[in-house]
Amino acid sequence: MTALLPWFALLLPLLSALFIIIATRPLRTLSAFISVTAVVGSFVCASLIFFQKTSNAAAFSWIDLGPTFSIPLGVTLDPLSRSMLFMVTGVGALIHIYSLGYMGTDEGKSRYFAGLSLFMFSMLGIVLANNFVMMFIFWELVGVSSYLLIGHWFERPSAAEAAKKAFITNRLGDFGFMLGILMVWAATGSFVFSEIAGGMAKFTGHPAYLTAAALLVFCGAVGKSAQFPLHVWLPDAMEGPTPVSALIHAATMVAAGVYMLVRVGFLIDASLGALQVIAWIGTITAVLAALMATQQNDIKRILAYSTLSQLGYMVMAVGLASGQAAMFHLFTHAAFKALLFLGSGSIIYMLHHEQDIWRMGGLAKRLPITFLTFLIGTLALIGFPGFSGFFSKDAILVVAHEKSLPIFALAAFTALLTAFYMTRLMVVAFFGSPRSDAAAQGSEAPAVMTIPLILLAIPAAIGGFGFFARNFLALPHEAKSIVLVPAIAFGGLLVGVITAIVLYRTRKTEPLDIALFRNRFYIDELYAALIAATQGLLAALSAFVDRWILDGAIVRGLSSGTWGSGFLLRLLQVGNLQAYGFLFGLGIIGLIYFTVFH
Amino acid sequence: MLLFIVFAPLIAALLILIGAPSRLTALLAAGATTLATLVAFFLYAPAQGGFQFVSSFPISETWQIQFLLGADGLSLVMLFLAALVLFCAVWFTPAIEKSERMFYACLLFVAGGAIGAFASLDLFFFYAFHELALIPTFLLIGIWGSGNRAAAAWKVTIYLGLGSFVLLLGLILLYRSVPADSRTFDLRALQTIAANGGIAASAQNQIFLLLLIGFGVLISLFPFHTWAPEAYASAPAPAAMLHAGVLKKFGLYGLLRIALPLLPQGAQHWNTFLIVLLSGNIIYVGLATIAQKRLDWMLGYSSVMHMGYIFLGIASANVIGLNGAALLMFAHGISIALLFALAGEIRRRTGTLVFQDLGGLGKVMPFAGFAFGAATFASIGLPGFANFAAEVMVFFGAFRVGAGWEGFHIFQVATVLALWGVVISAVYMLRAYRAIFMGAPKPESFQGWGKLPDLSASLRLPVILLLAATLLVGCFPNTFLRFLRPTFTASMAATNR
Repeated sequence: MTALLPWFALLLPLLSALFIIIATRPLRTLSAFISVTAVVGSFVCASLIFFQKTSNAAAFSWIDLGPTFSIPLGVTLDPLSRSMLFMVTGVGALIHIYSLGYMGTDEGKSRYFAGLSLFMFSMLGIVLANNFVMMFIFWELVGVSSYLLIGHWFERPSAAEAAKKAFITNRLGDFGFMLGILMVWAATGSFVFSEIAGGMAKFTGHPAYLTAAALLVFCGAVGKSAQFPLHVWLPDAMEGPTPVSALIHAATMVAAGVYMLVRVGFLIDASLGALQVIAWIGTITAVLAALMATQQNDIKRILAYSTLSQLGYMVMAVGLASGQAAMFHLFTHAAFKALLFLGSGSIIYMLHHEQDIWRMGGLAKRLPITFLTFLIGTLALIGFPGFSGFFSKDAILVVAHEKSLPIFALAAFTALLTAFYMTRLMVVAFFGSPRSDAAAQGSEAPAVMTIPLILLAIPAAIGGFGFFARNFLALPHEAKSIVLVPAIAFGGLLVGVITAIVLYRTRKTEPLDIALFRNRFYIDELYAALIAATQGLLAALSAFVDRWILDGAIVRGLSSGTWGSGFLLRLLQVGNLQAYGFLFGLGIIGLIYFTVFH
Repeated sequence: MLLFIVFAPLIAALLILIGAPSRLTALLAAGATTLATLVAFFLYAPAQGGFQFVSSFPISETWQIQFLLGADGLSLVMLFLAALVLFCAVWFTPAIEKSERMFYACLLFVAGGAIGAFASLDLFFFYAFHELALIPTFLLIGIWGSGNRAAAAWKVTIYLGLGSFVLLLGLILLYRSVPADSRTFDLRALQTIAANGGIAASAQNQIFLLLLIGFGVLISLFPFHTWAPEAYASAPAPAAMLHAGVLKKFGLYGLLRIALPLLPQGAQHWNTFLIVLLSGNIIYVGLATIAQKRLDWMLGYSSVMHMGYIFLGIASANVIGLNGAALLMFAHGISIALLFALAGEIRRRTGTLVFQDLGGLGKVMPFAGFAFGAATFASIGLPGFANFAAEVMVFFGAFRVGAGWEGFHIFQVATVLALWGVVISAVYMLRAYRAIFMGAPKPESFQGWGKLPDLSASLRLPVILLLAATLLVGCFPNTFLRFLRPTFTASMAATNR
């Protein structure tokens, strides 16, 4: 029974998705109810697994070609996956419930909840997978559920484009991921994590191969966790409904890349070269995204860039060979970023889909619960001492300080920027006077939406304390406690907060105008130009060659020759069966003739 | 068992020609054939392996020709594919204005010919059945096609005619490569001879090239592929379903059944050549697919591109790659048939398949949007669909050949290109889906927007059948691999590889 528990947790959401697609699509309320029930069921299974510390589970065979090749479907249950399971289903359940309110009157509610259920299934699959191929399977399924949910309002051209962009960008990362899996398999003869970990000795003497394989596997995380240079899809993904942004594009799916890296830490940590690249990719993402966030006006986009930046921290920690610090930040971030997104969702919902912070203002009085919980989320995100983010960010900063001063400096600078842009958001949206009718008339969201906010605010506030967090995670051990690191971080925080307050306290429009940041360093434009110049041009060229040279000159030239048009065209115009029968007979006769008489 | 499967469609076609109600007869025959192939799966004993349900009728003792039927796992999978796609193609056939009887008879002949070829153990009938299927294909395009149908039809005629001719030459040489006293058309006997080294290496090299080119033309191997997109664009939807889904697999089946086990050294000799050509299928044709501006052309090109993956599995010539190739033949057959069927339905409603004129159809045709979306993701290899399971095996099979620590050799490079092709497929398929079903409707394109009917309840059945088949195999690949495995294990053992 316990051996099947993880499979129940995994399959309940799948059943819900299938049932909604097949049976209850027209019954929108029932569909929503089924989906919520399924995720709560998964949460119950996950809690049982978590508290009973279950570690054995049934396994199945997916592809079986005998002893040479077989792909199993199995489950890893260790402290890492158990806590991840607990977190994903917990946050997932809250966001499902919140969606009951947010998507209450949406026409495509059934489709939405089917998508959410499909997502839960796929995400839990990633968490539980015990081998590379199984992880890749669910990796792709997560990608498609993200595609479906970003494109939920598919009539909007922007949403349709964003969904496509997200999927293709992820595929780009998965190109590398699959290649990495192939390389690891070719070297060790296995996809199963525990077997590869046991066979790492095979790599000794081939450091270049190992580094290449590790970095290719990392490519998958670059796509899924939206790291530079494949970060461009995540901000656009905000076209999806806000609960989706909270669940998929903040708390869980984008963290899957980090989770995967920690899961295969035995591979990554074995290559110093790979670690260095990973650490720097994370650092670059953290800084660039934070700079971009300072100049955004859409509340969800600010949070999206912030997510990028925080994911950068986690990847940085992975690159500094501290998977524990990465997971710690992943957990606290899941709580406070889901909280912030849901908070922005209740603002957007109550302001009739207004997302521009410059058209808000004074919301603190009109949406008090949202404001208070959002404030807690902000304090956690900027790492205010005592709040969850303070501890997890500090853990990463300590590691950075220990291993690489340039990375530490950039990480501390990012912390300053984080404090700056979040304070800007708070000041502009919640204080001052309303700058639009919608903002002036907004009121607090219904309980089905505020209760998840309150429940998420608890771990966001206290989740970082050791006595709390240690129950869920193996926390990084600090060799010696350094006062310097938190002091620098707090100093940066104060500078960021104070600058932002001074700058934005009484403004009605943006006082700074940094086009480079606002336009995301023109990276999207650069990519568009690059794609047009390479893929677009090559595609047009191949199509041209195919149509006018391979086909046009050779085939048409051949067939418009006398024998072609004269004989065969006439056959067709006659359209008669005899002619074909004749050809057919000719072939058979030829066959007999050659075989028998020669 | 096999006699029924082979002759049910052919007899039905004849009955229709002499006056039986065309649609009903065709549906009954196709449905019965499909069920019969399912029963055959249950009756086949995979543990025993080899060709079962063998029945033979001597035609000529002296020439060693006999009508010899038999099936192993590979044949069974192909027979099921052919029967299922035939059933769905018949079901999807709309009202035909001119000579309806002929149309249905042609469909049945195409499928019947393919089925006959898949069930034949005699080279002579293997070839003859394929010829039988080709002719109605030309007719279907030439008479009931759309667009530039005459040109398309005779281009196909020339191309496939030439391909068949080269193939014929290869088969004749193959027949004559064996010592005179043991010449036979019996595949089983030929396999025994080949396993004992009865075919000289130099002969193998020659013959394999002929077979590769001959089959290659039929499969649309680069650079002999230019007939395919235009033919599929012009063909009526049921004909495109049958040809792209089933008949094109004849060539691949031939490579797996004849060329590889009988001519292993020839295959080895031309491996590099094949890798270069199949990379052309994947990358060059893939890029050309991106540039297409109409759905029917794009699907035609995409179908050419995906042949590259099957070729890659065949070229790898190991158990993983070959099983993957066979599974991919099935998976691609299902997904491309569904895509052509849906494209046909879209064309019937909107009158156009030009991306620029379409948009927002998902709002008015939600079921079509769902079905096309599922088929899209199937064709780009999303896990859960059979295409993914098959492609993964092809990748693993190909990457393993000659893999080493020092760097990538030709098979690794080809695998990298194939993986890149997966990105390319995502680009063009999602672009098409975005253009047709997502975004805002374009009412200015033609009249009657917003009142387009969704797929009728009856048309949903074949869609669901096809999706169920690919999902079942995709989630539980062992259902088919159980049958396929003995085929390739045996052929590998026979050729000592």
